[in-house]
Amino acid sequence: MKRFTDLYSRLDSTTKTNEKIAAMVDYFNGAPAADAAWAIYFLSGRRPKRLIQSRRLREWAAALTDIPDWLLVECHSAVGDSAETAALLLPAAAHSSDLPLHQWLETRILPLRELDDEQMKQQVLAWWATLDGMERFVLNKLLTGSFRVGVSQRLLTRALAQQSGIDEATVAHRLMGHWEPTPDFVAALLSHETTDADVSRPYPFFLAYALEETPVVLGSVEEWLVEWKWDGIRAQLVRRHGQSFLWSRGEELVSDRYPEVIAAAEALPDGTVLDGELLAWADGKVLPFAQLQRRIGRKSIGKKLLRDVPVLLLCYDLLEWQGKDVRHQSQWWRRERLAELLAAVDRPHLPLSEIVESDSWEALATIREESRDRLVEGFMLKRKSSPYRVGRRRGDWWKWKIDPYTIDAVLIYAQRGSGRRASLYSDYTFAVWDEGELVPFAKAYSGLTDAEMRRVDNFVRRNTRERFGPVRSVTPKLVFELAFENIQRSNRHKSGIAVRFPRILRWREDKQIEEADTLDTIKAMLP
Amino acid sequence: MSLLLELNDHGLYCAAGDFYIDPWQPVHRALVTHAHADHSRPGSAHYLIAEASLPVSRWRLGAEAPIETIPYHKPIEINGVRISYHPAGHIIGSAQIRVEYRGEVWVASGDYKIAPDPTCAPFEPVPCHTFITEATFGLPIYRWPEEAAVFGEVNDWWRQNQADGKASVIFAYALGKAQRVMTGIDPTIGPIFVHGAVNNMNRMVAQAGLSLPHSTYVNEAPAKTDWSQALIIAPTSARGTPWLRRFGAISTAFASGWMLVRGQRRRRSVDRGFVLSDHVDWEGLMLSVAATGAERVLVTHGNVPVVARYLREARGIEAYGLATPYGTDDDDATAEESE
Repeated sequence: MKRFTDLYSRLDSTTKTNEKIAAMVDYFNGAPAADAAWAIYFLSGRRPKRLIQSRRLREWAAALTDIPDWLLVECHSAVGDSAETAALLLPAAAHSSDLPLHQWLETRILPLRELDDEQMKQQVLAWWATLDGMERFVLNKLLTGSFRVGVSQRLLTRALAQQSGIDEATVAHRLMGHWEPTPDFVAALLSHETTDADVSRPYPFFLAYALEETPVVLGSVEEWLVEWKWDGIRAQLVRRHGQSFLWSRGEELVSDRYPEVIAAAEALPDGTVLDGELLAWADGKVLPFAQLQRRIGRKSIGKKLLRDVPVLLLCYDLLEWQGKDVRHQSQWWRRERLAELLAAVDRPHLPLSEIVESDSWEALATIREESRDRLVEGFMLKRKSSPYRVGRRRGDWWKWKIDPYTIDAVLIYAQRGSGRRASLYSDYTFAVWDEGELVPFAKAYSGLTDAEMRRVDNFVRRNTRERFGPVRSVTPKLVFELAFENIQRSNRHKSGIAVRFPRILRWREDKQIEEADTLDTIKAMLP
Repeated sequence: MSLLLELNDHGLYCAAGDFYIDPWQPVHRALVTHAHADHSRPGSAHYLIAEASLPVSRWRLGAEAPIETIPYHKPIEINGVRISYHPAGHIIGSAQIRVEYRGEVWVASGDYKIAPDPTCAPFEPVPCHTFITEATFGLPIYRWPEEAAVFGEVNDWWRQNQADGKASVIFAYALGKAQRVMTGIDPTIGPIFVHGAVNNMNRMVAQAGLSLPHSTYVNEAPAKTDWSQALIIAPTSARGTPWLRRFGAISTAFASGWMLVRGQRRRRSVDRGFVLSDHVDWEGLMLSVAATGAERVLVTHGNVPVVARYLREARGIEAYGLATPYGTDDDDATAEESE
């Protein structure tokens, strides 16, 4: 555990990529495979099902140190993290012990599930007494399953590749899907053999960056494949050995949630992997994302929901064909094979993504204006000659999104953030005018620079009107320009509207609150 | 009935003695607890400070400022009000000001800490009826680690940087924290260099009789200095500036109480955070309040409502907040303010 805690400290104390990789390489060089397996498990963002609610941890720590509830709320709000709050509240450890990471997990942490609440508490309190501050924090993170350490999948992949001498793409692929954190897994992951047995394993997704300038810089339009950019859920459909697996981009297996797609997948030949977008679709057109949201997170899908919100997989890429990995083939080649394949299976739940034909970027720009009416976010641009790459890369795939909606709104509530923004008032609620009153209509958490955020934080502290637990209402004085992607009617919101992906575009220090927009202006934007 | 010390728009005022403590506007008579800029402001017609504070206060207030000094523990009378200064353990020359009138005793503690600090006289609890306390770190999550352990980490970091060929740049407030860092680290590891702001303060502190390990002003460093072996002490204002370029590859660190909280560490985007504060932690605050025996506590700057409420509810002490503009000009206090 000490070795793993040291790794955590090193990763946490630098923002430099090379130092993070060096820290991981050092760790993997020294750690036994049984520990390395768990380290990889956590660093790749996996976690055991949450054992203990984070709230419970901080409550136990508060009880142990005789701290009243209201004071605990203040502490938590200053730290922004329950596991850390609990670790900080406790006095220094009386004595110290060191147990390897895998033993912590396998003989201590995972068996907690078998215990009742009181036993669990006694157990955790006893562990706390033997750990120093940082180890205690890491333990708490493991217990609550909220272990994040600022290491991307790509960084972990690079560290493992560097340490083992296996190429990055292979490591990335072997890290995908479901696996158990065992020494055998580590051996297979870092093996120079090329047998990969897991039938369900998806490929790493290729992700696009947003195009911030005119597509003219991309060269001739003929070199590019242009498709609508849909607002759905990115997914990979794997068909092997008569079985089908649907993976979300978060590497979550979501087969059970979309039975109609899985049923259609039966028609695919073995050795096929498709990349596409899950969309709610009825009467020949896409439904708003809010409809699709009703299907997300539901493990069991009722008949009514299945009928009201039918879902399909709009397919746009082919990663495995006739049992072979074809990611190295050109975009155009893959597209042609995909079109042939989908035409042959002919399933309405597996349609082919439409290509938008045009002979110039100018003409495309005109067509792009239809995006809002079509309920899409703009275009995807894919270089016809490019392979299917791993992770987010510049150059071959671009999102050419339409400009967001914008509105000037007034800051009325603020709350302290978490993580990097802990203890800063960085989470805001904004209002617009409605018949002479300010009506809250959106929350936003991002978009300001650190310096601006500190200034707003200062403003909030000096202009607080009322406190409601962690939330403060502030004197309406500051105006911000907000951007959002989409707008819908909503009964759940006081304003009667709901907006998607609201964020702060800029602080309008030149504007008085009287100049902020009205609810009517926003309603006029409704499609 | 009016209180012995009350806030007005110039500062904390004693009507009986007709003087102010740490006023933020110019006044005719200012009693000043310590030389940080949020407590010690120029423009007043007369200043009374602790003896050991003279060189730094002179620097802060100007050569012409009418400053009178007083040794710790020596009582004097101002308009029939009995005054004495007592060590606050915050920085060199920092004082708690004891005010006694007709049998009633108040202590304005300014900023203080109870952790050991070789750069200043240690905090002494002064029995009083009313105690005015800061609350910069007034939450039970703030529990300072042993100083020796922290300096052990700093030394290790410095040695590791030397091995990696990187200059070690530590950001610390020029007055107080910088000197504490210098006296805490192991000067045999390598040469120490200081930024101009720190160099100025070091000179003032030396005039006050404090001996520091040898350091060189960065601008006077010999050509071809091997920065990779050096520890460089700079104020936070130097962070992210071109001034740092001369050192080549660097590792940066920040010495502050805020570094205890991970979110704060990450927000500073320094390579290392060392938990070193010149303010009292939660437990220290509670111990200090208890040691004064005060039946009333007034809380200024920091987590004011939290400390006041806790003292009322958990300790049964009459406690409330006092709205002052302190806590806007030193590293620890500015974590949530502008930099």
